[in-house]
Amino acid sequence: LDYQHVQVPFEITLWIMLASLAKIGFHLYNKLPSVVPESCLLIFVGLIMGGIIYGLNDRSPPVMDSDIFFLYLLPPIVLDAGYFMPSRPFFENIGTILLYAVVGTIWNVFGISFSLYGICQVRAFQLQDVSLLHNLLFGSLIAAVDPVAVLAVFEEIHVNEKLHILVFGESLLNDAVTVVLYKLFRSFCEMPTIKSVDVFAGVGKFFVVGLGGVLVGLSFGFTAAFTTRFTKDIRVIEPLFVFLYSYLSYLTAEMFHLSGIVAIIACAMGMKRYVEANISLKSHTTVKYFMKMWSSVSDTLIFIFLGVSTIGENHEWNWPYICFTVIFCLVWRALGVLVLTFFVNRFHVNTITSKDQFIIAYGGLRGAICFSLVFLLPEFHRKKLFIAATTVVILFTVFVQGMTIRPLVDLLAVKRKRESAPTVGEQIHIRFLDHLLAGIEDISGHWGQYYWKDKLEYFNSKYLQKILLREYDQPKSSIVLLYEKLERKHAIELAEAGQLGHGPAHPSLLGPGFLCSSNDRTVRTNQKLEDTQNPDVLDNMQEILARNLYRIRRTGPAYNRHTLPGESEPSEHAKEILILRHKGL
Amino acid sequence: LEVSQGAQPPIPSLLSPTVTSEQIEHLHRRFKQLSQDQLTIRKENFDSIPDLEFNPIRGKIVHAFFDKRNLRQESDGLADEINFEDFLTIMSYFRPIEMNMDEEQLDRFRKEKLKFLFHMYDSDHDGKITLQEYRNVVEELLSGNPHLEKESARSIADGAMMEAASICVGQMGPDQVYEGITFEDFLKMWQGIDIETKMHVRFLNMETIAHCY
Repeated sequence: LDYQHVQVPFEITLWIMLASLAKIGFHLYNKLPSVVPESCLLIFVGLIMGGIIYGLNDRSPPVMDSDIFFLYLLPPIVLDAGYFMPSRPFFENIGTILLYAVVGTIWNVFGISFSLYGICQVRAFQLQDVSLLHNLLFGSLIAAVDPVAVLAVFEEIHVNEKLHILVFGESLLNDAVTVVLYKLFRSFCEMPTIKSVDVFAGVGKFFVVGLGGVLVGLSFGFTAAFTTRFTKDIRVIEPLFVFLYSYLSYLTAEMFHLSGIVAIIACAMGMKRYVEANISLKSHTTVKYFMKMWSSVSDTLIFIFLGVSTIGENHEWNWPYICFTVIFCLVWRALGVLVLTFFVNRFHVNTITSKDQFIIAYGGLRGAICFSLVFLLPEFHRKKLFIAATTVVILFTVFVQGMTIRPLVDLLAVKRKRESAPTVGEQIHIRFLDHLLAGIEDISGHWGQYYWKDKLEYFNSKYLQKILLREYDQPKSSIVLLYEKLERKHAIELAEAGQLGHGPAHPSLLGPGFLCSSNDRTVRTNQKLEDTQNPDVLDNMQEILARNLYRIRRTGPAYNRHTLPGESEPSEHAKEILILRHKGL
Repeated sequence: LEVSQGAQPPIPSLLSPTVTSEQIEHLHRRFKQLSQDQLTIRKENFDSIPDLEFNPIRGKIVHAFFDKRNLRQESDGLADEINFEDFLTIMSYFRPIEMNMDEEQLDRFRKEKLKFLFHMYDSDHDGKITLQEYRNVVEELLSGNPHLEKESARSIADGAMMEAASICVGQMGPDQVYEGITFEDFLKMWQGIDIETKMHVRFLNMETIAHCY
């Protein structure tokens, strides 16, 4: 047996296998995922595994290495989130999201830290030696909402789009603040004296970290888009570029002590539009599937390791401190959301209702990021206390809040996601409204959001698309893209239903030479006929088209971990239609 | 209603109390700029706005300002020139929603805005959006892409029309002909989009800031 030789990859594969088998196991019982969110079940499995290992070896099981978490497990999840982020609602609410992410997190950090410091002053709890600085450090890592946990829970409850994007966007963007504060307090711990100059440097650093992350991300994103311009002849490695550039942007940002999460999101959002135009359909599917797969595996592994790491001798159970930590986390988050929403509602027409506010406050879940950060703390005699407190907070938020949020959403009748299929008509209307509002803003001389959006679009079409798109001469509007997508689905449906290859179903209506199926050439000829302004022809066409039953299949939400919009293998006929239609468009 | 230069213009009744005098001042200044200090604006005056040139539906927007149906006059057709009161009337379609509106006011508010949009789509003023008019809209929207063929814009419009038919009429019988989208159908189509919050120009929201002081 040469176990030593293969040990490392073997064990890694075994863990991943365990994670995937656990996932299958949950979905075998249909009722289970609806009551208990998956993250809880995975932590539970982790707890069992940890217990087994502890029992067998009689020492603490391997704790999740922070490096492994930050370098390997976190990026796929954030990339998946950023790539499939619906950009329209995100940018429409960007002000609110930034307010929650930046001001809200700072509020939470200082609130929690100072209250805990107050608790430490009470003699009875034996916490005198935990200094203010230690509390600040602890506060900075426990205050931030975790995107992994939020994703895992919110994915299953389908609240309305705006609410989802607020919580989710906040959890992603608060990384910049967390990074700065954590590193700041950490460096303060090591410095003998702290001058006010250092504090100001810290504030300035925040802007550097955030904006720097965005810049790094965007530059990698545009480079990726540029690279895919030339991949026409080597389609097979196209998906690789998407992943390589995103990962590089994350690593580069981390290298410069900037926010890696912000960088990878900026990269994904920046490159998505151009890359999708450049790469082939198959590559596109590959990218989607791989991203979902990797983020799924990462997600599962993180929660299992969380469970495993809980067992062991890493903890110092000072219950007063721990309980107060949990209480303060909840209280300060609720207060923060209330105060900030009050300000936001003064300036916005579309107010955030109190139900929504409750869900935002309640959805402030902590997860693996705090866990890893606490292990990265420098060794001092109270570290185990912090580890214990972090573990309890995470377990509390994931189990208690995660499990009860769905019944609460039902109970409060929070506005749910609108379950309707995208229609071409809606796209047309929204675009029409965009242009109308931009025009009105121009006429009234006001530089509002539509004005800037218009300007950005103009810049995009004049300069960016020329450089980054391969087939520049065919820029596609979102209306056209959606229409193509729906047409494809329609063609696939027809192929599946076996309607291709049959002759026209109603020869009597062939009068002007119409065909009710998808033979492109015939339809084109008929449209030329229609140019003769024959009203009968127009009526006929409407009838035939209506009879064709242009059914639109539902697409699932883009950010669902488990399912992708069903795409089956098109038959040969459908492929032919696609090619013909594609040439036409 | 005479609007004298420089004096405070009277607020048309339909706008009070939602539009403050500051906003009226601002719009009045803009009106004077556009009309080159005349009392009325003609279509040609809109050419002086440089950014409007790149707007694909420019023609429809300008047309909407002169459309008598939007100016709340009983007559139909196009006006040749509009004065400041008419200008304000059109702008009032883009005022934001208020906190204290009840159900009925909200419904009227929404219908007003959708009526404005409907008039923009329905260019021949016959109360219906026909297939040809819809095609026209889509062609204009996609006119920014010089290489997109006219036929593709047409098939997109056809597809959208069929969707509209299926929403408004449901399953059509073999001999039924869908003539065009009436205003009731139009309302149905926009049910999913919350136009009360989307269709407004932000600067008209200054009243909330004014109330803060």
